[in-house]
Amino acid sequence: MSEMLHAQNVAKSFTLHTQGSVTIPVFQGVDFTLSGGECIALTGESGSGKSTFMRMLYANYTCSDGSIKVFHDGDWLDITTASPHSILEVRKRTMGYVSQFLRVIPRVPTLEIVAEPLVALGTVRETAMDKARDLLTRLRIPERLWQLSPLTFSGGEQQRVNIARGFIADYPIMLLDEPTASLDAQNRATVLALIEEAKGRGAAIAGIFHDHETRDAVCTGSFDVTSFKVGAND
Amino acid sequence: MTQISNPLLRVDNLTMMYGDRVGCKDVSFELRPGEVLGIVGESGSGKSTLLRSISAQQEPTKGTVQYNTRIDGVCDVYQMSEAQRRLLMRTDWAFVHQNPRDGLRMNVSAGANIGERLMAIGDRHYGNIRSNADAWLGKVEIASERLDDLPSTFSGGMQQRLQIARNLVTSPRLVFMDEPTGGLDVSVQARLLDLLRGLVHDLNLAVIIVTHDLAVARLLSHRLMVMQQGKVIEHGLTDQVLDDPQHPYTQLLVSSILQN
Repeated sequence: MSEMLHAQNVAKSFTLHTQGSVTIPVFQGVDFTLSGGECIALTGESGSGKSTFMRMLYANYTCSDGSIKVFHDGDWLDITTASPHSILEVRKRTMGYVSQFLRVIPRVPTLEIVAEPLVALGTVRETAMDKARDLLTRLRIPERLWQLSPLTFSGGEQQRVNIARGFIADYPIMLLDEPTASLDAQNRATVLALIEEAKGRGAAIAGIFHDHETRDAVCTGSFDVTSFKVGAND
Repeated sequence: MTQISNPLLRVDNLTMMYGDRVGCKDVSFELRPGEVLGIVGESGSGKSTLLRSISAQQEPTKGTVQYNTRIDGVCDVYQMSEAQRRLLMRTDWAFVHQNPRDGLRMNVSAGANIGERLMAIGDRHYGNIRSNADAWLGKVEIASERLDDLPSTFSGGMQQRLQIARNLVTSPRLVFMDEPTGGLDVSVQARLLDLLRGLVHDLNLAVIIVTHDLAVARLLSHRLMVMQQGKVIEHGLTDQVLDDPQHPYTQLLVSSILQN
């Protein structure tokens, strides 16, 4: 399958100005590619920078060095140098991200929150709503909750709303940050099925997965962030 | 498929001095249709000065503000005639003040507050004005039966929503907001945020919003400018600025938020 994302010689360090300007190096020299139809697990112990790397792929964090090119609208775009407008376009049409946190305006109904990315793409509202209903049903969010804000939901329910929102638009690239972390066996199986379906339609997926079972079930490969830790090869 | 739309507003090297004191210094940016720009920073950092200078309320000491008008194309806001500027300010622009009392006329009815802006652009048909005002009350979630009531009988949250209706009734393309959720309690804030976000999206409004509330900035704005001592010290994608701040002051600002 064709390459969709290509990170080259990526480095990240944090400078904490409020704490004596101490600089914390995370990793350097990371080369990473992601192609359509694959699901790569980002691995490494806690604190190795998996989440940091994923946030950089989404341009949520800046890069200290290197480039991250994304195949967007038939062309390669380096998101480390792209304008905010371009990055927002990439996120709207090319790259989806399922984070561990749900950040929404209070009062907006769950159904709207889930349908929103599809509506933003120009899909007819009712079609987007139908797809949202379908996903919420599959993820076992009871229908009586659909008109309520998810901010009142349990952690597991919020997680599933996040997943529904992340999977509603068929993004060519998907980033998943522990999508099954707080789910029971049934819901985990549903998420695995969603990931398989995304792979099946040719999406390029990178994910951080809590448990081996999930990783073994859906991943086509893994990428260990630890080996790029600053000083790892000295 | 990517559409690079022309900027609606272009600000170049805007500087406002109060004698020797700096209000804001060398600020430059562009704003596109439908884009929401947040300006954050502590009190006295120059946010409101900048907003006033951009919105033709206070002529800057140096620099230019260019706006892509509907009729004449790109114009320098401070070079156009007084009549032209006034027309711009009451049709294509809107200004939502922190205190609704600054943006409303408190001694005329809610309906008249909305209708006044319509009359200012030449609308004369009483029935149309009244039904339009009524429709806007509905959009900002105020019951129709309050149409003839004075704004002074409204709660703070309702007054703020009425101010928004009054401003948006002329279908402006650019809205300036100075701490629009400032004096409101948290539940009312949420309602207003939801309303604003919906309107921004449905009407494709470009917005410049000054706020000291980083949560408000995160939920509403696409891009964020951080100001300190009159200067823009950080400018970029909202979540990047808030989650991976580079400048010492932005780091301080972000790390000072209380977690709940």
